[in-house]
Amino acid sequence: MGHSIKRDHARFRKIVKGRIRTNLRQYISRGEMPTPKGDGTVKIPMPSIETPRFRFGDNQGGGTGQGEGNQGDPVDGEPQPGEGEAGEGEGKKEVEVEVSIEELASILGEELALPNIEPKGKKTIQSQTDRYTSIGLVGPDSLKHFKRSYKEALKRQIAVGTYNPENPVIVPVRGDFRFRSAKSTVQYENAAVVIYIMDVSGSMGDEQKEIVRTESFWINLWLKHQYKDIEIRYIIHDATAKEVDEETFFKTRESGGTLISSAYKLCRDIIKADYNPKEWNIYPFQFSDGDNWSTDDTKECLDILDNDLIPAANMFCYGQVESRYGSGQFYNDLMKKYGTEADKVILSKIENKSAILNSIKEFLGKGK
Amino acid sequence: MESTKPISGELLRLKEEILKYALDYGLDFYDVIFEVCDYETINVLAAHGGFPNRYPHWRFGMEYDQLYKGYAYGLQKIYEMVVNTNPCYAYLLNVNNIVDQKIVMAHVYGHADFFKNNYWFASSDRNMMDVMANHGTKIRRYSDRYGQDKVEEFIDRVLSLENLLDVNILFERGLGKKGNRNNKNGDKEKDLEGERQDEGMSSALKSFMSSKDRDDRRKKDASKPKEDEAPPKISEKIEKNYRDIMLFLLENAPIEEWQADIIGILREEAYYYLPQRLTKIMNEGWASYWHSTIMTQKALRSSEIVDFADHHAGVMAMSRKQLNPYKIGLELFRDIEYRWNSGRFGKEYNDCTDMRMLEEWDKKLGLGREKIFEVRKSHNDITFIDEFFTKDFCERQKIFTYTFNPNTGRNEITSRDFEVIKAKLLSQLTNYGTPVIEIEKANFANRGELLLRHKHNGVELDLQMASETMKNIFFIWKRPINLVTISEGREAYFVHDGKEFKTLKM
Repeated sequence: MGHSIKRDHARFRKIVKGRIRTNLRQYISRGEMPTPKGDGTVKIPMPSIETPRFRFGDNQGGGTGQGEGNQGDPVDGEPQPGEGEAGEGEGKKEVEVEVSIEELASILGEELALPNIEPKGKKTIQSQTDRYTSIGLVGPDSLKHFKRSYKEALKRQIAVGTYNPENPVIVPVRGDFRFRSAKSTVQYENAAVVIYIMDVSGSMGDEQKEIVRTESFWINLWLKHQYKDIEIRYIIHDATAKEVDEETFFKTRESGGTLISSAYKLCRDIIKADYNPKEWNIYPFQFSDGDNWSTDDTKECLDILDNDLIPAANMFCYGQVESRYGSGQFYNDLMKKYGTEADKVILSKIENKSAILNSIKEFLGKGK
Repeated sequence: MESTKPISGELLRLKEEILKYALDYGLDFYDVIFEVCDYETINVLAAHGGFPNRYPHWRFGMEYDQLYKGYAYGLQKIYEMVVNTNPCYAYLLNVNNIVDQKIVMAHVYGHADFFKNNYWFASSDRNMMDVMANHGTKIRRYSDRYGQDKVEEFIDRVLSLENLLDVNILFERGLGKKGNRNNKNGDKEKDLEGERQDEGMSSALKSFMSSKDRDDRRKKDASKPKEDEAPPKISEKIEKNYRDIMLFLLENAPIEEWQADIIGILREEAYYYLPQRLTKIMNEGWASYWHSTIMTQKALRSSEIVDFADHHAGVMAMSRKQLNPYKIGLELFRDIEYRWNSGRFGKEYNDCTDMRMLEEWDKKLGLGREKIFEVRKSHNDITFIDEFFTKDFCERQKIFTYTFNPNTGRNEITSRDFEVIKAKLLSQLTNYGTPVIEIEKANFANRGELLLRHKHNGVELDLQMASETMKNIFFIWKRPINLVTISEGREAYFVHDGKEFKTLKM
């Protein structure tokens, strides 16, 4: 019985992902990607496919409800306590739930079918984890192990002959108590660093930055899910580049020209100084509207990529945000050089907010 | 674990107890078989519309996806499920506490009584467990033979028409195709036996026989000289108000044998579920009436009162955006019982204008119980609301209508006027909330095109959806599909020729 629903379910997932039955594509409403809402809740999209049927248009307007209120009072707003418990009706497209970052990452991974990353390099980072696997004679009451304590007391009472099978009352004394206790283990983890590079020249507007912000949130989320410890560095550039903290990275808006090579040079220096490629998994992500000052600079960029960045990095990701002012030429230059098949270079165009999901998939879908 | 198992121990004892109460109250139902299952299983069953075995299709997977996510994130929970078959199958969730199980059992007996006695269910195939499984086998076989994509795509198209049903078919003998059935009078016991046997072979055999029929007809057709462009000559067959569009296509569209069979299968299933759509308020109201009656008067222990109240209040919660069928149904049944107990009906009561007399009106007739049993037998949601939704009731239940106010961007209460509310309710329930579409001509413009008419009752069609639906009908009918409806206040003709949807100048 469960077998056939699993097959139906797998088929539904495949249709939603556009692998089969592409003629249904237009009927799929997928909601948006999971969006964190700041209060600990996250909107989870529930993809659904609507079979077209004759039905009434939306102009029938409103409905009937039940409760207090005068004419003109709003009926929306906070749901009443208990409301909707017996509900059924059409499946809601989006649900709001509280989930942990960890769960959120798994949801993302599942939604996008992201492969787990296979880290390179030695495991060099030491991390200590405590697990409650052993039993101790001392400890706080909250960790008291009742079964063990009971057994000890029982053993003691039998040994001293105060145990009465007719009236099996066990009274533990202090020495009988046992507690769960932690055992520390040292694990070696892979180390990873993400280096974000963003063009903050005049042509990158707020809308573009918003896209970069959202995208980097999800990339961080996923990489944090994959690596236990992860470092994140931020570089902004116009004609010159500098390293900044996270807040500045997203807020700064400069004006002036664009020399991408300046950022690449800085990125190269950071890697040289702090991150030995043999030990670190390095992820440079560059976001730009694709404008570069000159073709000479572009040539220099490609050189740095070839000689320094690409050999050092797990993969190099370039995301191009559509902007009214940008020419988008840099994408074409990279495309000409590396194409779509390049092993370690991933190029993605992000036209608007709804393209973020696809772009994340492009970046992280290779599992590197 | 993915299986159900019969109840035992404590639950079995409770079942016997509640069964006895239900019978003492005069409820009348086929045997109810309770099974216990875990959440995974109840999700699977619910996704399949209550049945363990259905044909393969992605939409069951979609239902499952939504149920499973809703459960995983702690948003919803299915408490009970009951299937209209003989015997009735009902599923209990293994993690529910004992009070919940008792409520569910009492509730289920209410549903089971309704399934057996309500006239709209009279032609229900009570052997649906097997029928559904047979449908599954057949469609799987077609998938093997013609390819899953092809079969599924055809099913998708037919599902587009699934709501184009003729309610009156429920009162014709056995969906217009089935053998003689006559269980309304005569020797009931004997009839039931005969009926069951008849049904046992019905589905598989009948569809085989009907396919023989078609084969013969096809051979005859084939022997005739073939005129490629000639439209099918069937226009004279169309009766007025022909609403059973699936049957029409099944019999007349130029489709393959397996395709016709699939239409037949989906049509049978659609008609099986139709009565439940027509009696949502009554069915839930009736079941809720009985769970509350049985629990509060018989089955409830004093230690369980708080849990019961909590559960019951959850089920009865009112919503400001949508009427809760459980609540409205229950309150209406209670209101009817009260009115017929105290004699608050009929000419004398209605004509009385003395407020004090009305206030104290009590003829001590005690007809309430009898009346609600009669109502559950002969009404559906529309007639139920039409007859028993009174001004008094409407005010007591604080019902209002609301509309969207574009100026403030929110839904606002527009009226508490009884007439307005009742009209709105009735229009929402008309034709189970879907537009009435009839076939007007099958040889429209003498080109073998189909002309559909939307019976307009104040609300216009969603044209985008209409266009997609017509496209799907086109693939079955293979000639252009025309539609006459009212758009932006005027009568308008539309046509879909398989490629595009456009307005037809008349």
